[in-house]
Amino acid sequence: MNTETLAWWSRVGLAFRAFFRILFDGRYASEAGRALTPSTPLVPEPGARGAGNPGAAACPPAAEVTAPDAAVLLLSLLQGEGRFVDFVQQDIAGFSDTEVGSVARVVHAGCRKVLRAHLQIEPIRGEPEGQPVTLEPGFDPSRVKLTGNVAGTGRVHGVLRHRGWQAADVHLPTLIDRGASRVLCPAEVEM
Amino acid sequence: MGIDLGTTHCALAQSALEGDLASPRPEPILQLVARDRVDAQVLLPSFIYAPHASEGSLALPWDANAALAVGQYARRRAAESPGRVVASSKSWLSHPSVDRHAAVLPVSAAEDVTQISPVEAAFRLLDHLSEAWSAGPGAGERLGDQEVILTVPASFDAAARECTVEAALAAGLDQLTLLEEPQAAFYAWLDQRGDAWRSELAVGDLVLVVDVGGGTSDFAAILLAEQEGNLEPRRVAVGQHLLLGGDNMDLALAHLVRQKLEAQGSPIDAWQLSALTHAARDAKEALLSAGAPDSVSVVVPSRGSQLLGGSLRSTLSRAEVQTYVLDGFFPQVPWQQAPRQRPRTALRQRGLPYADDPAITTQLASFLRGHHGVRTAEAGAAAPQFLAPTHVLFNGGVFRSELLRTRLLDTLNAWLVDVGAAPARALPSADYDLAVARGASYYGQVRRGRGVRVRGGTAQAFYVGIESPAPAVPGMDPPTNALCVAPFGMEEGSRVALPEAELAVVVGESVTFRFFGSSTRRDDVAGTLLESPERSLDELAPISITLPAQGRSPGELVAVTLEAVITEVGTLALFARPLEPRILDEHWKVELSVRSRAPAP
Repeated sequence: MNTETLAWWSRVGLAFRAFFRILFDGRYASEAGRALTPSTPLVPEPGARGAGNPGAAACPPAAEVTAPDAAVLLLSLLQGEGRFVDFVQQDIAGFSDTEVGSVARVVHAGCRKVLRAHLQIEPIRGEPEGQPVTLEPGFDPSRVKLTGNVAGTGRVHGVLRHRGWQAADVHLPTLIDRGASRVLCPAEVEM
Repeated sequence: MGIDLGTTHCALAQSALEGDLASPRPEPILQLVARDRVDAQVLLPSFIYAPHASEGSLALPWDANAALAVGQYARRRAAESPGRVVASSKSWLSHPSVDRHAAVLPVSAAEDVTQISPVEAAFRLLDHLSEAWSAGPGAGERLGDQEVILTVPASFDAAARECTVEAALAAGLDQLTLLEEPQAAFYAWLDQRGDAWRSELAVGDLVLVVDVGGGTSDFAAILLAEQEGNLEPRRVAVGQHLLLGGDNMDLALAHLVRQKLEAQGSPIDAWQLSALTHAARDAKEALLSAGAPDSVSVVVPSRGSQLLGGSLRSTLSRAEVQTYVLDGFFPQVPWQQAPRQRPRTALRQRGLPYADDPAITTQLASFLRGHHGVRTAEAGAAAPQFLAPTHVLFNGGVFRSELLRTRLLDTLNAWLVDVGAAPARALPSADYDLAVARGASYYGQVRRGRGVRVRGGTAQAFYVGIESPAPAVPGMDPPTNALCVAPFGMEEGSRVALPEAELAVVVGESVTFRFFGSSTRRDDVAGTLLESPERSLDELAPISITLPAQGRSPGELVAVTLEAVITEVGTLALFARPLEPRILDEHWKVELSVRSRAPAP
């Protein structure tokens, strides 16, 4: 073990303590959020995925959301419940729509379960698609994208083509074992 | 802290006892959700998994080398590696013919798995809850430092309650009180309604609590009595513990789809049946919801990575769910219907005593008929043939389906109309999954004087079997009489002693007595003697008395009398007192449930 850093297990313990204080202590969470905001890239830390705690998810530090381990974790959840990786990895060209359709139900039901449990997904705009909408000046360009004849100043009048989606709450399980962080699902051997 | 220690799930809810008396809120429980992942979820599946040596130890926030895993990962492994997982351990805790301290779980354990006893299984679940709370919402505090209300089925016998307390004490939960699950569900409803409940219920109303969980069903009745001008709810009847629940419904549908698939020439193995059961559960919930489609497809995904080509597909229609779930488990039977009993085979494989008749409505009719003697004089229009409820409170995940609630209520109301009683109304549940934990936590506030308290006392009367003096007949056991030692409805903290009856116990030897209970004999008092108890009482695990030899000579016969005490925790304790004490207040504790009952001949 490197003497300059804490032992791995101590870090896991520390990470858990931080995780739960952030989860249950709003003031601590906002302090932690400030501490995590600097753009220095985050060293992937087992036991405390940034994306796994809603407190930090409130402020969007890009480095955390794109952390490869969180992506692997989400994929493994989608595979575990919805066989997502199996489905996408298989060449489906030779199968009929009926066959693809029936399997798609398994994938759909499982993936939906994962999204519901871990990312509270909500539409960004409540209006029905195809209806006219008006945007006040100063709207958030990351939440609304303009297309078509984009020009002029002041209020924006247009038609809602896609309502948009956002993850209102990101809550991923905490990964314990660093060694397995690239495994989407283990191979299975029956005895 | 309210703890719902369920057969298939556990839940935890907390509320403050001082200051702002807010409604209890469920607390997420940290648990392994996969081998290398921890997550906090409101339900903790009541499964215990012993990993194989090749898997290495499991890491939890509070234990880097956990030998066992409790929760969702354990449940997942139950389907993949059943010999290493303990499931439904609570049903074993209430199993009258099993020694609850004997290491018997999992029943078909893999050769390298150390079996544990039903009591230890309960301890493992509670210990996990305790550690997870400390590591999570408790922020380092001990769960044992909190006031804990732990729920048990109303039908749990005295020994099962004592075993539950033993497990809780082992997990460090010292400030413990037991509460019956149907009462907890009722408390959750009271908490949800606030003061408005007084306008919804009136004196003489009778609330039937129907609790159908994953693996068990329980019935209880709460009568609204009047006490000094105030409404006082009294739990007046408790049903038998039925090993029958939502899981049976999923399995019934899974077997139906299995037959269809096998008719198409696709044999189903154990792994596929488990996947099929999951798919059937989703299909059931979809088809039992409002505005359900005519049919949904049920797909058993291939086991390998090639999803297309290896998956099996079938469909379940609304009509089939109607036939198999509604008519199979909730048939519209007349109230006179008796539960079907399968003839006992001479050799029964050791297992759980599952209900022979899966019809919940039939079991309910039997419960209501069995308690027809409950005094509903205050209710006015009491039906003499069966206990007539005026309200129904549903609990358990099964009743998330409005169709099932409606079917049960319609069936009940047909019975009530049949005997000229007014139809019953459903009370809206606070939360079908979490009401018991929330109600338990609310009861903690009630004990401190907030809100209204449900009176109840013990749900059973207890009897000791005594051999009657009769001439010996070769090949026949002497007939047994049953002596009532603890009457029905004893309240916490109360005690009752046998007036005069004596038992003779040999000093220095353990003397075992047969033990019986009844949830319907409400008028027997301590000292009531019954003949042929096998006919009117339920036999429980036996009890034993061991008199230490101190001050007396071994082999001496000592006359004792029995005293029953309901402890503050809510368990039954029996004491033997010698008629001629050698020291002041000389008494010995009677052991409940000493060994497994001899198998029925």
